[in-house]
Amino acid sequence: MAQVILFLQQLLNGLSLGSIYALIALGYTMVYGVLRFINFAHGDVYMLGAYAGFAITNVIYRFVPLDQYNAISRHTFVPIFVCTAIVMLGAMIFCAILGMSIERIAYRPLRDRPRLTVLITAIGVSLFLQNMTQFFVGAQPQAFKQLIPVRAIEGLGDLTVLSSQAAIIISTIVLMVFLRLIVMKTKIGLAMRALSVNPTACSLMGVNNGLVISFTFALGSALAAAAGILVAMDSPSITPLMGNLPGIKAFVAAVLGGIGNIPGAVVGGLVIGVLETMVEGYGFPQLRDAIAFGVLIIILLYKPTGLLGRVEREKV
Amino acid sequence: MDALLKVDRCTIRFGGLTAVSNFDMSIGNRELVGLIGPNGAGKTTVFNMITGVYQPTEGQIFLSGDRLNGLKPFNITAKGIARTFQNIRLFASLTVFDNVRAAFNLHLKHGPLHALTRGPKFKREEADIGAQAMDLLKIFNLDRFRDVMCKNLPYGDQRRLEIVRALATKPRMLLLDEPAAGMNPTEKGALMTLIEFIQEKFDISVLLVEHDMRVVMGICKRIYVLDYGITIAEGPPDEIRRNPKVIQAYLGE
Amino acid sequence: MSRARTILGIFLLFLFLFALTGERPFASHLAYYYDILINIGINVILAVSLNLVNGYTGQFSLGHAGFMAVGAYAAGSWSEHLSPGLVNFLAGSNGVLTFVLQPFPFLQPFAFPTAVADNLALIVATMFGGLLAALAGLAVGIPSLRLRGDYLAIVTLGFGEIIRTLILNIDFLGAARGMSVTGRYTNMFWTFGFAAVAIYVVLGLVNSTYGRGFLTVRDDEVAAEAMGINTTKYKVIAFVVGAFFAGTAGSLFAHYAGFLTPEGFNFFKSVDVVVMVILGGMGSTTGVILAAALLTILPEVLRALAHTDFVPAAQKAIEGVIPIHLPPLQGLLENRLILYSLLLIIMMLTRPQGLFGDLAGSRKRVTSSASK
Repeated sequence: MAQVILFLQQLLNGLSLGSIYALIALGYTMVYGVLRFINFAHGDVYMLGAYAGFAITNVIYRFVPLDQYNAISRHTFVPIFVCTAIVMLGAMIFCAILGMSIERIAYRPLRDRPRLTVLITAIGVSLFLQNMTQFFVGAQPQAFKQLIPVRAIEGLGDLTVLSSQAAIIISTIVLMVFLRLIVMKTKIGLAMRALSVNPTACSLMGVNNGLVISFTFALGSALAAAAGILVAMDSPSITPLMGNLPGIKAFVAAVLGGIGNIPGAVVGGLVIGVLETMVEGYGFPQLRDAIAFGVLIIILLYKPTGLLGRVEREKV
Repeated sequence: MDALLKVDRCTIRFGGLTAVSNFDMSIGNRELVGLIGPNGAGKTTVFNMITGVYQPTEGQIFLSGDRLNGLKPFNITAKGIARTFQNIRLFASLTVFDNVRAAFNLHLKHGPLHALTRGPKFKREEADIGAQAMDLLKIFNLDRFRDVMCKNLPYGDQRRLEIVRALATKPRMLLLDEPAAGMNPTEKGALMTLIEFIQEKFDISVLLVEHDMRVVMGICKRIYVLDYGITIAEGPPDEIRRNPKVIQAYLGE
Repeated sequence: MSRARTILGIFLLFLFLFALTGERPFASHLAYYYDILINIGINVILAVSLNLVNGYTGQFSLGHAGFMAVGAYAAGSWSEHLSPGLVNFLAGSNGVLTFVLQPFPFLQPFAFPTAVADNLALIVATMFGGLLAALAGLAVGIPSLRLRGDYLAIVTLGFGEIIRTLILNIDFLGAARGMSVTGRYTNMFWTFGFAAVAIYVVLGLVNSTYGRGFLTVRDDEVAAEAMGINTTKYKVIAFVVGAFFAGTAGSLFAHYAGFLTPEGFNFFKSVDVVVMVILGGMGSTTGVILAAALLTILPEVLRALAHTDFVPAAQKAIEGVIPIHLPPLQGLLENRLILYSLLLIIMMLTRPQGLFGDLAGSRKRVTSSASK
């Protein structure tokens, strides 16, 4: 029985970690879908999302010191929810603008260049964002102030579910549903899907490709910002380099699910998250960070299209 | 007749789509054969299948009795099949001369260590390759462009350079993929003469995929017609010209 | 060409004689400049070898620091555990060289036997490091070279990180504590000697009909295969040769710095080398050598600049105009990655062929000199 509880506990921790990867992976996969390139700087957008949230939270604390609440109850729910929503939305808007600007300034002028040129630029953008953030806020970690009180939810027996974990999983589900609606039910979502199939035909049908690409960057960056804040709720120490590892792991998640495939990114993110917590929980904590790379290498060698991807042939 | 190239009931499928089905072909030594068909009929797929870019899903391919199935493109070139591409694929950062010399890599007797020690054997072979490459370029009147970057060549010359490069691999059989594409009638006329000349001068078989009927009918001794991946006719030009199935495939109902 | 070779030969002979004297006593006054020179040598090896992979063969690798780490740790542990015996055998108080040189007391002040033994220990360790790195290159190269472009970049990055994680978990190699290399044998002769060898090998390979295969792989893999070129073989060779020289650079670094940590070989170290190759111009050895030297010196210049009075003055001026309290501007100048990131972005937007990409002696000579 204890074994089962332990397994469920690991699974749950893995799902909450995996939700974060999934949110970041969506940005990689959507940008890859429309532009066929790896936005290396995406992990840093996630980092800046956390810092934006950090700044907004500090402002909110001047009016509402949220750490006065030490449990979620009927009375405290509304202020906590409203404040968190403000922080989240603020950071998402900030990152959406940031993502669009990056695309405008650094990637758009390279639209018809080899993909490698764009990748190198993206590496440059990533390093630039990290190091400029480091310049402005310093390299030392900052403590993200409490948004929701982190407590174990009662009434679940031996299973420990933290309120932050619940918040991560619930927020992720809500965001996924939103994304699904946007991609499947709106006109711009249709344009995104069309663009990923054939950009030329898409623009010939009167779609403004530049606008759709900007929108895709905005959407992906906003999701990354949400991930940044959700992570900070769970482990409130943020640094300018915090985007590196999650960024790469989320990329692996996107590849695992089949890059360019939106449900695939979610599945991939959850799988990576669960794998990591399992490996850590069952005795190999030092290998945790190597897992994603191992998965990436195996996937690319044996099933480069990912779990849900489709085959693309080179024309000769 | 002893076939040089024999394609034996080859089928190739991509997912659910059958691009070429039950394709048979036999080409003898020193034969000039054409492969025609409307757009999307599967001509280039047949080419890619013979040269190992795609593997046939069913069926076998032989070159003088050697089975080619499962070989990589470079193995097949080594066996003696050279090709050109429909969309020109020269080595863009190399000069005209180096494009041709690069193709001598196949029959090279020296390896990386010789390249580093630069002994007399290496120097002799390099000089020899240079001379052979120049000879080839001279035959095709491209020697004056020796040190020009190949991407700066006029279009027609790029096409001819691709043929020169293919010939530098010393093939027994040359596959030309739409060599007349984008040429005007005068250039096409010159190309026809050139292909016949190559066939005789280098004493090889040529398989020509072409869209332009006049070019194919003018020089090929035998023609295969593909439509929707199926061979609908095979024979000498006069027969093909009169074949109702062919007329229908090209002109519709 | 032959005059350049003679000059290079005389230069290396001079350095060799210099090396035999033990070198360090001379260097102590000029330690800072000596340090920069050695670093230039090591960076030239790294950049020129990565250029074979990224430039000439067109395979974008982001894992060069990983191979450097393999070389550094392999050579370092060789020196720690196996070399002392060798050195003692040659130069100890009863060593062979000490005995042979006894009749020549005027050589004593130059510490001649020790210098010979040290140099021997270095070359053996460096070859060992290079070979192990080449082996790692083979192990990484064969599976991952089936991938193209950006996927290959990420996978090589992954392999680099895996190598680092492995070292972090091997206690024998000091794990996170780091590893000391007591034998600090590296000198100018071997540093520039290996740099010269790396340049010679890369240029020698590329300037031949055999080596033109590398360039065809870069230009068009499908066409290369159709010309009978085994593209996979070429990619693997480029990878193995590149890894070998990265390993030797690692060994030289290990025997110079005297201390290794896994953090020293992280992703950012790979980025350093990539920036050198891109700034120099992918596929231009001359450009890449110049870029390696430039990018070794530039951070030093900027660091020196950061500590002049000019910077605080400029900060005051800026803060006078815009009412924001900025962090100390020295930070901008001292962080080489800010410079590198800007270089990457600006180069790609304006001159993707590299700063020196069009200079004489780069691509043109490479492709046409073997015929002369």
